[in-house]
Amino acid sequence: MMKKNVLGLFLLTTLVGQVNAETVFVTLEKDNALAVVDPIAGKLLKTVPVGQRPRGISISPDYKYLYIATSDDNTIKVIDANSLKEVGKLPSGEDPETFALNPKGDRMYVSNEDDSMVTVIDVAKKKAIKQIKVGVEPEGITVSPDNKWVISASETTNMLHWIDTKTSEISDNTLVDPRPRALGFTADSQQLWVTSEMAGTLMILDANTRQLIKTVKFAAQGVTADKIQPVGVVIDKERKRGYVALGPANRVAVINAQTFEVEKYLLVGQRVWNLAFSPDQKRLYTTNGVSNDISIIDLDEQKVTKSIAVGTYPWGVAVKP
Amino acid sequence: MNILHYWRAMWGIIGRELWRFVTQRERFISALVRPLIWLFVFAAGFRAALGLAITPPYETYILYEVYITPGLLGMIQLFNGMQSSLSMVYDREMGSMRILLVSPLPRWFLLLSKLLAGTGVSIVQAYVFLGIARAYEIEAPWQGYLWVLPALVLSGLMLGALGLLLSSFIKQLENFAGVMNFVIFPMFFMSTALYPLWKLQESSELLKNLAQYNPFSQAVELIRFALYGQFNQAAFIYTLCAFIIFMTAAIVGYNPSKGMMARKGGAGG
Repeated sequence: MMKKNVLGLFLLTTLVGQVNAETVFVTLEKDNALAVVDPIAGKLLKTVPVGQRPRGISISPDYKYLYIATSDDNTIKVIDANSLKEVGKLPSGEDPETFALNPKGDRMYVSNEDDSMVTVIDVAKKKAIKQIKVGVEPEGITVSPDNKWVISASETTNMLHWIDTKTSEISDNTLVDPRPRALGFTADSQQLWVTSEMAGTLMILDANTRQLIKTVKFAAQGVTADKIQPVGVVIDKERKRGYVALGPANRVAVINAQTFEVEKYLLVGQRVWNLAFSPDQKRLYTTNGVSNDISIIDLDEQKVTKSIAVGTYPWGVAVKP
Repeated sequence: MNILHYWRAMWGIIGRELWRFVTQRERFISALVRPLIWLFVFAAGFRAALGLAITPPYETYILYEVYITPGLLGMIQLFNGMQSSLSMVYDREMGSMRILLVSPLPRWFLLLSKLLAGTGVSIVQAYVFLGIARAYEIEAPWQGYLWVLPALVLSGLMLGALGLLLSSFIKQLENFAGVMNFVIFPMFFMSTALYPLWKLQESSELLKNLAQYNPFSQAVELIRFALYGQFNQAAFIYTLCAFIIFMTAAIVGYNPSKGMMARKGGAGG
């Protein structure tokens, strides 16, 4: 009986281990490549050339395709997530950096920073179906999980543009703190979290009323205020905690998503930029642009467990189960 | 002479040392205050100074407090080793060592017992220090707290043996200040306790070499790796050899017919 239990436990751990196996993809802005990392083994598996200046990266909801904004090629490449071969291109407009997929994965919204536009792409047809005029230097962009809103943030206008997905028209604008960079909805689509790089703040807005709920300020011990430049932001599914990458402060802020208090600052690599959860939300991956690595945060323990060198200027990160 | 005599003598010595340590509360507190000041005052000032390169056993970026914690464990043991050598000199002046050394047990055994007693005390201090550090989120993996024990035993023995050796040279308590200046401080500052080797190398190759071959550095690295569940073989061998050399020299040093005692004209002991 005992032996059986031990065997069962062994099999279970082996199986669970297999279920947990996941692949992390990181765009390397300077190496013009995509780094493929096994985060459980803590190893860089390989680096694949992908196009000029790859930055924004996303994975399709069925995990079959990777979309990578290759800024200097003026396109978004479609890469088979298994073979890592290029299977197509999307007409993103010039110099694409960030983009967002809708929950179904059939529409893509691309920020065209230089043209102050948001391009709407029909992913299946690989066609641009609309261009929406927004504020100056649009950067952060996201789609609400209920697929009602696309939010585009204009860095210079300091404004959020609420684009109705049905009409693809702007229905409202909200002023935010200087230089909004990244956006994230809570899983229930009720709150929108916005980071402002210059103000060093995180603004939490009510998505229905578009009113400010709270402005979170950051102050990590031993870090000067000018180094606190919030960028990437993610919130877990249960809305227990949110995480903000603080750029040159080399820290990820852990925020209680109920009280909006900053619970902790976790030391990661230099100029931490973008964040992505593992599919089970047990780990968080960060790209560290200056130290050329990614850090892995164990979210149960709230600890940084490992940093893995990946290549020059890691920018975006996507995870495949 | 049977094993019971040995056992009784060893526990007599260890018990005396532990009793002394427990009853002298000021000593217990002062032994902890020193590393805690380093940890919370000195290290806080240098928080952002480190974190450029990840060196084993660390797998990610760490705060300076985390880096110097094993170094401060080494510091506790270094000072403890010196403290027990100081007490040897004191015992010799007071005459209580005479009682000990006239016992029929071999001298090496008495010295080893004395050494084990000092190491035991230093390990108690080390764990209290680790506990306080953990309360302030300077944490190691749980199994590290177990693995660090054998490392602390060996490093404590090595540093204690060094203390014994030094005490065999010192005739009077007053001379002990010299030991502080010429042994403890250079050993502590020219080591990997406060800064990693690559950082030392940036300033001078000579300093890096001195730190690398400093037995105190090797003891600190042994502790550092053990605290993260890893075994640093090179540091282990180096520390073990240093212990054997220091211990042998100390035994010779305390030999009335050959060692330093004879030359000093047998003041006490």
